[in-house]
Amino acid sequence: MIRQCSILFGCLAFGELVVYLTGIKLPSSIIGMLLLTLLLKLKWIKLEWVRGMSDFLVANLGFFFVPPGVALMLYAGVIRAEWLPIVASVVVSTMIVLVVTGWVHQLSRKIKR
Amino acid sequence: MDFFNNTFFLLALTFGLYFLARWLQKRTGWLLLNPILLTIALLILFLKAAGVSYETYQEGGHLIEFWLKPAVVALGVPLYLQLEAIKKQLLPILLSQLAGCVAGVVSVVLTAQWLGASKAVILSLASKSVTTPIAMEVTKSVGGIPSLSAAVVVCVGLFGAIFGFKVLHLGHVESPIAQGLSMGTASHAVGTSTAMGVSHTYGAYASLGLTLNGILTALLTPTILELLGLL
Repeated sequence: MIRQCSILFGCLAFGELVVYLTGIKLPSSIIGMLLLTLLLKLKWIKLEWVRGMSDFLVANLGFFFVPPGVALMLYAGVIRAEWLPIVASVVVSTMIVLVVTGWVHQLSRKIKR
Repeated sequence: MDFFNNTFFLLALTFGLYFLARWLQKRTGWLLLNPILLTIALLILFLKAAGVSYETYQEGGHLIEFWLKPAVVALGVPLYLQLEAIKKQLLPILLSQLAGCVAGVVSVVLTAQWLGASKAVILSLASKSVTTPIAMEVTKSVGGIPSLSAAVVVCVGLFGAIFGFKVLHLGHVESPIAQGLSMGTASHAVGTSTAMGVSHTYGAYASLGLTLNGILTALLTPTILELLGLL
């Protein structure tokens, strides 16, 4: 447990350090995730050194964003005023992403053959 | 009642409501009863009715929110486990993810702009296709409203889960791998769980789409917004 937390928070702290030093506009947690993947790939850390904690966190990912979602109560005005652009752009864009991703994957596999 | 402001009461309420909402969804199988969405909605209704401020709620809530960042780091484990699958068709997967990521950010920003959304809202919509912790982090780093992103992301997931396969059929995307990838790319974890319901292969590719688009969106969104003249 302590080792699992040391590794996960160590990766996160590294991400925070990179953001602090470079001012890069990237979430520190993403840098930490990539570092963790790299360390696993290089076999510098073993899978079972993080497995229990990481499984727990990934499985409950959804729950952790309930409190930030509740902050929505502060923005009721914005949503009431701009619901149309929000809903329309989300629906249109999601359909575009679905079809574009699928097409590019199908096409690039055909070309490869 | 003053007791409604108690930190431990509000924490217990959050855990309890989420537990009930999850049970309710399992029981009914309704995708619209997304436990996250339901818990957020019920909590807001309660806080408004009981006259508890968001600041008071957050005294306990931030203890839960705190785990978002470590949880995103932990996504490195499933990513590592899928490295072999990615290697086998690296190019088609990367190209499709890149196209999906750019198409997603550009199309949502342009549509919202065209329909007259304010800048803060546009910046909050940019990362709407990816899983919430990443979307919120991206929104924070570009100066949008993270909690608005959180709500929008859940709605995107629900839309993808309910209409995703229909849209793919209409768009003539028929290959199972492409369909799985698209579901994860466009509608993150909620789309992935729908794909998982079809088969585990679908689910595996969906989670690949979810992870890769999450990374690409985090990496590219600030640059895309800059190129579109929004940053």
